[in-house]
Amino acid sequence: MDMLITNLGILINAALIATPPLLFAALGSCFSERSGVVNIGIEGMMTIGAVTGAITALTTGNGLLAFLCGGLAGALFGLIHAIVCVSLHADQTIAGTAINFIGPGIAVFLCRILYNSSDTPAIDASAKLPKLFDGMFKSGSFAYNVFSVYIMAYLVFVVAWICWFVFYKTRFGTHLRACGEHPEACESLGIDVYRVRYICVILSGFLAGLGGAFVTLATVSQFRPTVIVGQGFIAIAAVIFGKFSPQGALKGCLIFGICNGVKSLATQSNIVSVNIISMIPYVVTIIALIAFVGRANAPAANGKPYIKSR
Amino acid sequence: MNKKTSILHSNFLYTVIAILIGFIIGAIFLVWAGVSPMEAYFKILDSVISKPKNIITTLAYAAPVILTGLSVAFSFRTGVFNIGAEGQFVVGTLAAALIGIFVDVPAIIHIPLCIIAAAAAGALWSLVCGVMKVKRGIHEVLSFIMFNWIAYYLSNYVVNIEGVKKESGGEATKDLLDSARLIVDGNNCAIFIAVVLAVITWVIIEKTTLGYKLKAVGFNKFSAQYAGIDSGKSILTALAISGALAGIGGAVQVMGMGGRVAQFASQEGYGFEGITVALIGASNPLGVIFAGIFYGAMKFGGSKLTMIHAPSEIINIIMGCVVIFIAIAHVFKALFLNIGKKKEAN
Repeated sequence: MDMLITNLGILINAALIATPPLLFAALGSCFSERSGVVNIGIEGMMTIGAVTGAITALTTGNGLLAFLCGGLAGALFGLIHAIVCVSLHADQTIAGTAINFIGPGIAVFLCRILYNSSDTPAIDASAKLPKLFDGMFKSGSFAYNVFSVYIMAYLVFVVAWICWFVFYKTRFGTHLRACGEHPEACESLGIDVYRVRYICVILSGFLAGLGGAFVTLATVSQFRPTVIVGQGFIAIAAVIFGKFSPQGALKGCLIFGICNGVKSLATQSNIVSVNIISMIPYVVTIIALIAFVGRANAPAANGKPYIKSR
Repeated sequence: MNKKTSILHSNFLYTVIAILIGFIIGAIFLVWAGVSPMEAYFKILDSVISKPKNIITTLAYAAPVILTGLSVAFSFRTGVFNIGAEGQFVVGTLAAALIGIFVDVPAIIHIPLCIIAAAAAGALWSLVCGVMKVKRGIHEVLSFIMFNWIAYYLSNYVVNIEGVKKESGGEATKDLLDSARLIVDGNNCAIFIAVVLAVITWVIIEKTTLGYKLKAVGFNKFSAQYAGIDSGKSILTALAISGALAGIGGAVQVMGMGGRVAQFASQEGYGFEGITVALIGASNPLGVIFAGIFYGAMKFGGSKLTMIHAPSEIINIIMGCVVIFIAIAHVFKALFLNIGKKKEAN
């Protein structure tokens, strides 16, 4: 019984570490996609957030400030994506692909200039994100594993709730969803489509940046070129899985997070190859898709550049 | 249309402009890093063209990205987005490697056999996602991303199987037999396969009924259906061809460059590089050849930048900027045509 509880603790702990970066990025992706702008550049935005977070933490020693700066750096890339896609009507997939090259490129470039290496040095524990109930529980106990985690691991669920609220309970949420479905109709009602899309794309960059910063400031304690690789795309997958809604994206990210927990438990036992176990999240997602979710219809105007009528 | 405006209409001009702007932005970053841009760009050029051997190496770098570029370009032209070229590349690598290691036949049979195996593996990997799309309406971008990761871990699993793994040193498979290598007199000749396939792909897209059907479905699924084209079958055909091309990309990589499959530490990025190559090549198979060689040159030349203490990541920044400026080429086009018109009016 004790064993079971301890293992459950390990599972929840692993899920609480793996879910937040994906969920931050996925929530960002929801904003962008629902407003009608495909953002495949989430990956690049996460990477730039991760490196900015690490560098800020190393120079200022302030974890929360670093976390915020990671978000802002992501937002800057969101702004670039918005200018190119919204104002200049570029193909959104192409622009996103470009960001996925530029983001990681600049990230490692910065490390080479500042630290003469592709990695940053390790971040001191005091400069990382604060932990909840730090030192209150015995290390390795169930309570320690579940409650003594980085504070953002819980806050991200609050953020998810806020996103849901914004999407479905505010005027702005109605506008943003309408912009993704029928921008012409929005404009005829006096909604500034460009303004809504700008806000949403910048917000998507900000949230993706936070997700990236969580990785370097909580999970890994260092920036390496491989810290993000693939997570941005998994976040996009989670959004499609969740049919482009914040609550759906939450479910998608939790599947990945919990499978990651199962993975870290299973690797301890060492019976099956770790590579086979690592496939679990992806295979489970595919099965869940075939069995329960099915068709995900993207917002009608998604990916189509909107040109204002004069 | 006179000659001058026809130049202003050609996409080639704007691709060149995008590349130039990419290099200018790259120069700004290089100055920031305290490296002379002229010196760095000369180093790239010099390492690519100074010796015949280097040109051959550049083409060897180009071959796999031309093939993944073709794969993505083909998918773009037929209205699906093959973001799964990465995974199809990986299973292609794996299939070619296994045939290359364990089947002992003369080169004349061995090489085609490896390539066919890789093409089949890539096509199958892509078709599974295609069937899910056609039968269950599952968004192909999502299933492709999942399959990229499944391929990644599958490859790492196979590499470490007893009997496949080489006996001593490092986590990689045994070496491919010499009869399966695309090496002639020490020179990598994968580029010929890439060019031949590019021409074949061009012919399929531009000159055949099949290509016409696939493009029609990509352009408007419903009107194609109205015209009597089975859209589901077309999507599956397009994805199979696209996957096969990416799989062959994996084959030429392992049969030419590597000679074995090593355990991955992170995704290799050939599929994503393929997206860039397809975009620079304007999704035209013949354009993809040149875009791929350009990319290969940047990749190979960029790897030599560390010799003058310049960060080689500058290549990614330049390529990303090139892609962004290709994405907004229409803005330049409108601008130039406007200036042209005003001049004519005067």
